[in-house]
Amino acid sequence: MKLDYLDQLESEAIHIMREVAGQFERPALLFSGGKDSITLVHLARKAFRPGKFPFPLVHIDTGHNFQEALDFRDWLAESLGERLVVRYVEDTIRAKGLKEPTGRNASRNALQTFTLLDTIEEFEFDACIGGARRDEEKARAKERVFSVRDEFGSWDPKRQRPELWNTYNGKIHKGENVRVFPISNWTELDVWNYIKRENIALPPIYFAHERELILRDGKLLATAKGVIQAEEGDQIVTRKVRFRTVGDISCTAAVESEAATLDAAIAEIQATRISERGETRIDDQVSEAAMEDRKKGGYF
Amino acid sequence: MDLLRFITAGSVDDGKSTLIGRLLYDSKSILADQLEAIERASKSRDEGEIDLALLTDGLRSEREQGITIDVAYRYFQTPQRKFIIVDAPGHIQYTRNMVTGASNCQLAIVLVDARHGVVEQTRRHSLIASLLGIPHIVVAVNKMDLVDYSQDVFSNICIQYAELAQKLSLSKDVTYIPLSALNGDNVVDKSVHMPWYDGKTLLSHLEDVAIDHDENLTHARFPVQYVIRPQTTDLHDYRGYAGKITSGIFRKGDAVTVLPSGETSTVEAIELAEAHYDEAFAPMSVILHLADDVDVSRGNLIVKSDRQPIVSQNIEAMLCWMDTKALKAGSKYTLQHGTFRTRCVVREIVYQLNINTYEEATDVDSLKLNDIAKVILKTAQPVSFDPYTQNRVNGGAILIDETSNVTVGALMLRGEVE
Repeated sequence: MKLDYLDQLESEAIHIMREVAGQFERPALLFSGGKDSITLVHLARKAFRPGKFPFPLVHIDTGHNFQEALDFRDWLAESLGERLVVRYVEDTIRAKGLKEPTGRNASRNALQTFTLLDTIEEFEFDACIGGARRDEEKARAKERVFSVRDEFGSWDPKRQRPELWNTYNGKIHKGENVRVFPISNWTELDVWNYIKRENIALPPIYFAHERELILRDGKLLATAKGVIQAEEGDQIVTRKVRFRTVGDISCTAAVESEAATLDAAIAEIQATRISERGETRIDDQVSEAAMEDRKKGGYF
Repeated sequence: MDLLRFITAGSVDDGKSTLIGRLLYDSKSILADQLEAIERASKSRDEGEIDLALLTDGLRSEREQGITIDVAYRYFQTPQRKFIIVDAPGHIQYTRNMVTGASNCQLAIVLVDARHGVVEQTRRHSLIASLLGIPHIVVAVNKMDLVDYSQDVFSNICIQYAELAQKLSLSKDVTYIPLSALNGDNVVDKSVHMPWYDGKTLLSHLEDVAIDHDENLTHARFPVQYVIRPQTTDLHDYRGYAGKITSGIFRKGDAVTVLPSGETSTVEAIELAEAHYDEAFAPMSVILHLADDVDVSRGNLIVKSDRQPIVSQNIEAMLCWMDTKALKAGSKYTLQHGTFRTRCVVREIVYQLNINTYEEATDVDSLKLNDIAKVILKTAQPVSFDPYTQNRVNGGAILIDETSNVTVGALMLRGEVE
């Protein structure tokens, strides 16, 4: 009697979600319409059906999304009959008079944190479930499953709680919150293999399609009116591509691909010699500690 | 494919990070851009060769100090198996991190520097592996290149360690491998420098070690996490207990007892989402339905009635203290055992264990960060537990500080006391 590794990972993730339901008053599931949070939603179904989810799905909308991901987000929430809360970075910028980053490769990544923290305050969320994986980045490799953030949303790697066996301590003071990562121990390939095994639907941008793109510094960026435009040195090209991650349209690069099916996409990921974030996330490449610094600032 | 979680224990200069780097590098688990990044970083420090240790030190302050300060988790797989590496710092001031990392592992790699043999930190790491009940041990005798790949040096270390293992009643499964992490001898590829060694390489051992029997399948335990009650018109009477089977097997029709109340019933159904099971086993997350309308809520433990755990308020345990604020005998804490929380008082520190010499000091009334001791607890409500040596999950518990909410202690519960 031995569980396959995907069953072990699934069981662990379900256990973590149920601990959130059992330990917190007002949890939320952060949902972007990307493959990792789609996997979380699927795991929540397994954890709580035939009951309702004990939390709403929450999207912090930067306004720089792929339309395909937004459509998918709305369709999924609707078809599950679960509550979807959307809060807009645009509103935060206006309300707080924030300055938008400008220039080449500017993104709203940092601004997103303000909206997230405001949303947590608005709904008094005490736990936010997120789809981060430890294999994504070296600062994430150190993150606990239950990661306590202070009232400023800040992560302090030196003050993390020890986390033993499968016992999770979610006790917090008012104003603090916990970020919870049920798929911490999954790799990119595990997520894909699970999506295939469970027959989970994904937005179409994950599969090869022809698209108009900006070729900039060797990276292919989707065009989007008002969000990202070609600058000097850029080229507008049409290529067959797919997206390996779905972040902000302004800083998520496409990969050239013929993979139109799940099997083909998995084969491609197995063969690649470049990491997921290395290949697609421009925002992580700013410095050696870019992710660590963002997390200290409250980024999820 | 199965999954092996292992911890690497070694101090600052043992070459632990280099070993992990080598394991990932030689098994081709490092992607090109990650390699480029550490090549760049190695160059900027003017070290000439690629420093594989840079792969594992993720935090700014770790890179600044050149040491690992917290547990990190890394992942790789071969066609045989998936691996989770729990990379815990081994320095004495991080004993709590090693305890944290070791709690989930099936195997521990204890690094020994071939030049120094079994030293204080070897004793410390082995003690923790023993306390945390890790079933498989690999003694990796590293830096063999610095002792001319000498078979005698290796053999002597094996003899030294075997004595230690016996003293600690360490796992019966201890494997010795001579290697050089820096040069890659016997890590993934067989060394040409040690023709006298006819055992497996480290990776090949990790791929083959038999872990099928590590899971406890004799004590059926189900801590209730959450009660699912949709209360809709079509599911009006639905009442399912959501949880994870932490050990053992549950079958439909099994007689069960709910603890601590002692009420009994039988398993009526086992399900998860659309799937229905006749039997389910650890570590599956499922929903249990009982035939009778008994009182069950979060924090209760459902067990098979034929093999019940200890249910007690007076408990003897080994404790690793994890907080900078000292523990004083007589202090009160929250004890969390699985999904169950209760207040408790540390009635007595029976002895403090010297983690280097294994001497037991009595007359101790307080514990500092990283101290390990045998204690007696009195809990406000009864705890339903198994001795840790028989059941790692149902025998483990944590202590939480009631004012800071921080996890301050790890408990390996041993038994009931008068």
